[in-house]
Formats: sequence, C-alpha cells, structure tokens
Amino acid sequence: MAAKPKLRRRIWTTALGWLAAGILFFPIFWMVLTSFKTEVEAIAIPPKLFFQPTLENYSTINDRTDYFSFALNSVLISVGSTLLALLFAVPAAYAMAFFPTKRTKGTLLWMLSTKMLPPVGVLVPIYLIFRNLSLLDTRIGLTIIYTLINLPIVVWMIYTFFKDVPKDILEAGRMDGASTRQEVFQVLLPLALPGIASTGLLAIILSWNEAFWSLNLTTTNAAPLTTFIASFSSPQGLFWAQLSAASSLAIAPILIFGWLSQRQLVRGLTFGAVK
Amino acid sequence: MSTVTLRDIHKTYVDAEVIIGVDLDINDGEFVVFVGPSGCGKSTLLRMIAGLEEITSGDLLIDGERMNDVPPDKRGLAMVFQTYALYPHMTVAENMAFSLRLAGMPKAKRYERAKEVARILQLEPLLDRKPRALSGGQRQRVAIGRALVRNPKVFLFDEPLSNLDAALRVQMRIELASLHDSLQSTMIYVTHDQVEAMTLADKIVVLQGGVIEQVGSPLELYHHPRNLFVAGFIGSPKMNFLPVTVTAVNDFGTTVSLPGEASVTIPVKPGYVSIGDRATLGIRPEHLQIEPNHAELTGEVLVVERLGGETFLYVKIMGGDTLTIQTNGDNTSLVHDRVPIAIHGDLCHLFDQQGEAIPKARRHHLTLNESQEQEAHEQSYQPKLNY
Repeated sequence: MAAKPKLRRRIWTTALGWLAAGILFFPIFWMVLTSFKTEVEAIAIPPKLFFQPTLENYSTINDRTDYFSFALNSVLISVGSTLLALLFAVPAAYAMAFFPTKRTKGTLLWMLSTKMLPPVGVLVPIYLIFRNLSLLDTRIGLTIIYTLINLPIVVWMIYTFFKDVPKDILEAGRMDGASTRQEVFQVLLPLALPGIASTGLLAIILSWNEAFWSLNLTTTNAAPLTTFIASFSSPQGLFWAQLSAASSLAIAPILIFGWLSQRQLVRGLTFGAVK
Repeated sequence: MSTVTLRDIHKTYVDAEVIIGVDLDINDGEFVVFVGPSGCGKSTLLRMIAGLEEITSGDLLIDGERMNDVPPDKRGLAMVFQTYALYPHMTVAENMAFSLRLAGMPKAKRYERAKEVARILQLEPLLDRKPRALSGGQRQRVAIGRALVRNPKVFLFDEPLSNLDAALRVQMRIELASLHDSLQSTMIYVTHDQVEAMTLADKIVVLQGGVIEQVGSPLELYHHPRNLFVAGFIGSPKMNFLPVTVTAVNDFGTTVSLPGEASVTIPVKPGYVSIGDRATLGIRPEHLQIEPNHAELTGEVLVVERLGGETFLYVKIMGGDTLTIQTNGDNTSLVHDRVPIAIHGDLCHLFDQQGEAIPKARRHHLTLNESQEQEAHEQSYQPKLNY
C-alpha cells in the first residue's frame, strides 16, 4: 500500500518530464518537418501534419549557396576559438586554483560579470577596432571574438575542475621532481581531462550557436552557419520552408555532435556535484 | 649519513605566526615523531622540511647543507602523504617509477627498480593495477613504495596511518617499525596519535602552539615530562592532576597536602618550591591503586569502564576532583561504591604554579644515558619495580 503514492508520484514526474522535453523539442521537430514541405504547405492553416515530403527546398539551397563553405567556417571558428580559450584558461585556472591570492575570488567574479554586459553595448567600439585592424569578415577575427566571449565560462569551469583535484597529488608530483610544466601536463591534466573535455564541448556548442557577432562582423568570407541561416530571411518575404531547410542543415552537425558527446557533457557538468 | 638540523625556524602567514623558533637536531637513522594536538604546527614543520612550505626565517640543514631555497626534489627526501596522494591515472608500477621517469631513467631500468621495491612491500601481483582497484592498506604500501624507490636520505610521513581502520593501522605500524629497522634511514613522522608516537619513535618532539614543548625518548617523556602539557598529552588515559599545597621541603622530597587529611612526599629536587606554595600533583591512572590499608584518599565511583583486561574507574574524591584509576580486569567495584585510593609518592609528578615540572631526585632507570647510568650505579640506585 505504501508503494502506491510513490508510484503515482513517479508516473507524474515522468509525464511532466516528457511534457517538458516535448515542448523543448517541438520547435526543432516542426522546423525539420517544415523543411520537407512546399512553401504553400508550410504556411497552411490548419497546419498539415501529413503531406508528400519533398527535397525541393534542399536542392534550392544547394543551388543558391555553398553550404560547405559556411559549415567549414563554423567548424574552424568554433574549434579554433575553443582551443585558444583552453590554452589561456588552463594556466589561468591553475594559478587561481592552486596559488590563490586575496583577489582570486574577486577576479573570477569580475570575469563572469563581463558576461552580463549586453554585447550590443560594445558593438560599435569592437566594430571600429575590427575595421581598423582589418579583421572584419575574417576567420581570425571571429575566432578572437568567440575566444573572448567564452573565456570567462571556460576559466570558471576549469577552475572548479582543478579545485576538485587533491592538492596532495600535485605536491607528491613536486616531491617526485616534477617541474611546473610536468606537473601540469603529466599529473594535473590527465586528472582533470573529463572536466576539460566537457568544458571544450560546451565552448564549441556555444561558439557554433553564436549569432550576434557573426552577423555583425562577417558577410561572406568568414561567415559561419548562423549567417547562412540569416541569409534566408530575405526582404522579399519569408520563405518558411526554405528557411527551415537552411536551419536544419545548420544545426544538424552540432546536434549530432552533441548527441554523441552527451554522456561526456553531462558527466563533466555534474562532476563536482557528485564527487 | 643523513642528519636534519633546524635552527630557529619560523613560519609566519599573513596574519599568524604558526612556527615560533624551532631548534631541533635529528641524527642519522633516527625515527623522530612530531606529535601534538591539531593546529600545533607539526604538519607545517614537516612540510617546511619537505620544501612544500617556505621557511619564513631560520635555517634548515640536511647533512649540514643549507636547504632553505633548494626545491623539494633536490633535497633528497621522500614523503608519504596522509591521503596517499597516488596518481590515479597511473598503475602501481608507474606510480612508483614516476620520479625515476622524471629523472630521465630508461624505462626498463626504472621498472626493474619499481619491481624490486614491490617485492619488499609484497606489491608484486598489483603492479599493473590502478590505485582505485586497491584497498586502503595496499594504497598506503604503494605510497611507501613510491618513497622507497627514490632511495631518499630522509623519509617524511604526514599522518600516514590516520585514514586506515584500527586493525590495519596497528599492522601498518608494525610494518613501518620493521621497515625502519631494515633500512636504518632517518625518518620523520607526524601524528596526533600518541600511541603511534610512543611505539615508533626513537625521539618524540611534542609541539604546541608552534613551539617545542619537549624533545626526548618515549620513556623520557612518560617518566619525566617537562610540564603539565606534555604530562597530559603523553599517556592514555590522561594523567590525573590535583591542586595541592606544599607543606614541607627537604633533600628527600617535597611533601604536599592532599584534599582531606592525607599528605604525600614526592622525591623531587629541593629549591623549586617552598612551603605554602600552590602546586599541581600529577599521577597517571596506572599508578593509582585501590588499597584498603594504605589509602591516602577515598572517593565515590562515578563510572566503571571494563575493557576486559583492565578496568577504568572514574572516581570523585573529596574537594570535587575526578581521578581516573586504571586497575585490573577483575576489579569488582560498582558505580557509587566508595573506594580507598593509595598514592605512592615516588610515582607522582609535581608541577609548580607555572606548570613546569620540578625535576625528580632520581631519573627513571630506563631513561638514563650512559654517563647518568654510571653515576646511578655509583649511587647504587635500585630501580623500583613495584608497578
């Protein structure tokens, strides 16, 4: 008898969980569905759930633009900016986690607070700097911007992972004769690898989905997939089916990537909590 | 030869001085134990010797060479940590050979060395395992093995047994003692457990509040504690302390009045206290006896703890003080019984008002060095064997 309320609660929470997941997933599902409709079907009221699927939109996109050049930009910029961010974040987090000063906590908070600034607030100065340094519409420029955007979160995350590494182990390494470089590469990094990997994954996803800076700082040469999507919302009116097809193409790689790495991602994000 | 010498060592953090002028000589092959309550600075002192903490001022000499600014791995030391601090991503063999790998020793050679050490510590079947697949005792052994591999001049142990369960702790204690016996190397060991200190040490250093309270052999600390702190810290259960007043002083000893009518004469050197002074009488639970004929005190039993082989009685005496008495296992006293307690003056310790011990007229025969032994022999000193 006692198990009954427990069971009912489980049914409820499960149903609620599915509902939430359904609500979150529905727009993506509808977008993919729409991408296989004709433009007429796409705006039909009431919406059509059953229709004759067509690849027409995809072939139009393929004719009009070069998807792979956008995709290549996305890959190069998001992976490049993530590697660059890790390169800066690991030494920074190492210093802050193992040699903290009175200002370490404050520095971390200050770094995070830069994320609270609306990006549009610094759009004009950054645009001017980029123009003067000839970084507009270059992959390097976008990589630098993405590195800077993600750096606070990357440093913060790696800092928490490093904090979980027992200090004793590093000291044992020092007693064994490890130089600082050896200590970091042969003792610390192997221990913090799951955390660093999930931080990297998160940074790649954040960079991939970033649209504000890519729309404002690139046009064609360095334009990633977010710009590619935007190019289908034309002034002649919205072509919903085409736009959906473009969006589906843009999110497909990162969706597959996220799917494959979700176990790693969840493990990394809950690493500190369940230790 | 590997000696360690500390000269006026100080350690100051931003807002606190944690080590206040420590002087210490550690001889070659000696097993030295730093003991004290938590926060006394014993671990800090060890870490300063290891090179993991900076020395604020003073000199650290190893084999006569100043080591203050030498990095940890160049001091010829190896350290075993409380948490073992094994590298979780390496196998037992890699853990033990890591220092050799850093030193650039070829792979075959360093694994040979790791194997050799594993044989001593009976770790051979575990060489390919990762630390997480080992039990606590095995991890501890690997940590010791990692130190052994380096062939250090001095071994440092930072509370190495405190993460083990009671039975394993006793076993590892015995293994450590025999390891020291077979290696004959200098070892410095930090613990808060006075049983570990008493059983392992050639020399115990009792620390409190960043200063050394006393340095001596285990029995010297037991029989001749220098002050109230050492007297209370060494020995289990703790020494009983009673406030007393001095009533007579002569060459044979000092007489103090106990609560009630009785008094007791303690054979300490004259000249430290005078009649009428207040003092503290110290007597260990194992030196108090239930004796109907010669009782100096009587008291009411509050608690009886029967451990089988021995029984502890907690007795409230006149004046409100509580004494702990260690008696044999078949003692029949019950709670609320009144028991007669005999106090033998020659087993007592007397401390002046500042808490400093008044030196005994004679040293205990197990705590004499050679010249003192000679002297004692000339005085035809007969050791007391009544306890």
